[in-house]
Amino acid sequence: MYAYDEIDRTLVNERVAEFRDQVKRRLSGELTEDEFKMLRLQNGVYLQLHAYMFRVAIPYGTLSSKQLRRLAHVARRYDRGYGHFTTRQNIQFNWIKLAELPDALADLAEVGIHAMQTSGNNTRNVTSDQWAGVAPGEIEDPRIWSEILRQYTTLHPEFSFLPRKFKFAITASAHDRAAIKIHDIGLRLHKNEAGETGFEVLVGGGLGRTPFIGKTIKPFVHGRDLLSYVEAIMRVYNQYGRRDNIYKARIKILVHELGIEKFAAEVEEEWQQMRDGALKLDDEVVEDIRSRFSYPAYEKLPHMPDELRKAAQDPKFEAWRTNSVFPHKVRGYAIVAISLKPVGGPPGDATADQMDALADIADKYSFGEIRVGHEQNLALPHIARRDLPALWKALDKIGLATPNVNLVSDIIACPGLDYCSLANARSIPIAQELTRRFANHDTANLIGRLHINISGCINACGHHHVGHIGILGVEKNGEEFYQITIGGRADEQAELGVLIGPAVKYGEVADVIEDIVEAYLALRARPDELFVDTVKRLGVEPFRERVYATR
Amino acid sequence: MTSPLEQKKIRIAGPSIVTANRTWDGAVIYRTAGRAWSPELSDAAIVRTSGDARALLAESVADDLGAIGAYIAPVEIDDGGRIEPGNLREQIRRSGVTIGLPVQV
Repeated sequence: MYAYDEIDRTLVNERVAEFRDQVKRRLSGELTEDEFKMLRLQNGVYLQLHAYMFRVAIPYGTLSSKQLRRLAHVARRYDRGYGHFTTRQNIQFNWIKLAELPDALADLAEVGIHAMQTSGNNTRNVTSDQWAGVAPGEIEDPRIWSEILRQYTTLHPEFSFLPRKFKFAITASAHDRAAIKIHDIGLRLHKNEAGETGFEVLVGGGLGRTPFIGKTIKPFVHGRDLLSYVEAIMRVYNQYGRRDNIYKARIKILVHELGIEKFAAEVEEEWQQMRDGALKLDDEVVEDIRSRFSYPAYEKLPHMPDELRKAAQDPKFEAWRTNSVFPHKVRGYAIVAISLKPVGGPPGDATADQMDALADIADKYSFGEIRVGHEQNLALPHIARRDLPALWKALDKIGLATPNVNLVSDIIACPGLDYCSLANARSIPIAQELTRRFANHDTANLIGRLHINISGCINACGHHHVGHIGILGVEKNGEEFYQITIGGRADEQAELGVLIGPAVKYGEVADVIEDIVEAYLALRARPDELFVDTVKRLGVEPFRERVYATR
Repeated sequence: MTSPLEQKKIRIAGPSIVTANRTWDGAVIYRTAGRAWSPELSDAAIVRTSGDARALLAESVADDLGAIGAYIAPVEIDDGGRIEPGNLREQIRRSGVTIGLPVQV
């Protein structure tokens, strides 16, 4: 966990007071909605179909049990008893009253949580690998750099009114769990030939109406130069990014239109003028941030304790263990993924009772720490392997032991037309039906890793472009239709999916997905060839034939 | 959300109403013939011409303190004279989400 200091606490408290005053002035009529809109957006407050929606940041996906309990409190006290974890390590509350928002923010501020810059044309929540700091083989904990970026970008006056929103993601592992290639700036920690640690910097990734995979702008930037290099990129974007057309305002469009070489040259020129200036990071500063992250006092524990050996006799436990338990950097410990995708449930939702219970579980088994991943699942990062059987029972008791992590029913979905004012079609009911179709655990295991991502509109909050199977809701003559893409992926080999054919009706989506999965099972070269690899090998044509031959 | 300004260019094709969200809590509301707001669709003022729709919208937008995001939405009127939402979006706004909520209110 990161320990906030007095500056952080003061900043967050001042922000709450400022927003309280703004809300008061809005409700008294002193501020018009036109004047207030940008202020509320900069505090994570949207207007959705039924009510205001309140988006709270969970920087780099790290939560303490105390913070999770406070989120549960907000869900219970100010909302309808649940929250929705998003694809960018945020949590959203769907039924907040504007008049009560300052109180909710004040309650969150007491535990160091805020909603600053979770919306608006500024730098958004800095996201990272949900296994940061505990993943085996990691170069170093990417949250140190995430925190440096968080502090640098929060309320940065030069970048508070960018042409459009701006998103960072950081990973330090060979396998990218942070989807850095679909971010405005993606950062991959690695070592150069001299053994120094630095960043591969990618720029111009993003989904939405015009999706692009990020391009490498610089293969290696030393840590001391991170802020100056990032600032050079943002200055070029701030200067040349289009403000006349919202659909062309993201940095990905600028990079595409200029070309990565010309864009890189502009950034280089800017950087050379400032790289040795005030933004150069001293080792001392980095070490100070590093020192504020605390790590558990791990015990020396066996890899295969008796408790685990005995529990392995229970097939239900084994099904969960083999699916949801992952290697940890410390012997005797494990990372446990917690699926928020129960059969028939809305992806990413957790009730206040579940949050409270999970906070207690985290205190008992995970040194009080919980992580949030962009796949809309949670994780417990420090579980002693001897505790796995007891943990499983505790999670199962609160409905959080669904063993479907990374399987076909582990679906990413945006709120869609059930909640969102931008959506054209529903996402959640499609996801729910698919989880029912693929509820059989043996079948899901036979299919293997398969990511289905669903968005209810072209804004792509459900990351449909990079789903192994992507589903995009569109509207035609007042009716919901869905376009299907296949072959996308969001990891280190990120690719955009390819459309397989005409959109299908709401009631046909689950059948079409079943057809695609059946085609894959028939076409794969071997049982361990993943769906996405079969698509890469064969292209979309065999799948297209299967889906449309009888339709 | 379609902006009211854009909607002013739209010609309505059938019976329509003006809807918005209440400022203090965001709840769905409908403009009534009495120049007020109601949470009930059945209270909504019905307009049938583009001119009337524009006038109702203009009057609604003017109440910046009471409501936000006012826009014209289609409705259907059944044989019994009951007003029904004219599309899925409005149906969801009136009746709530089409899924079971994780916690029943």
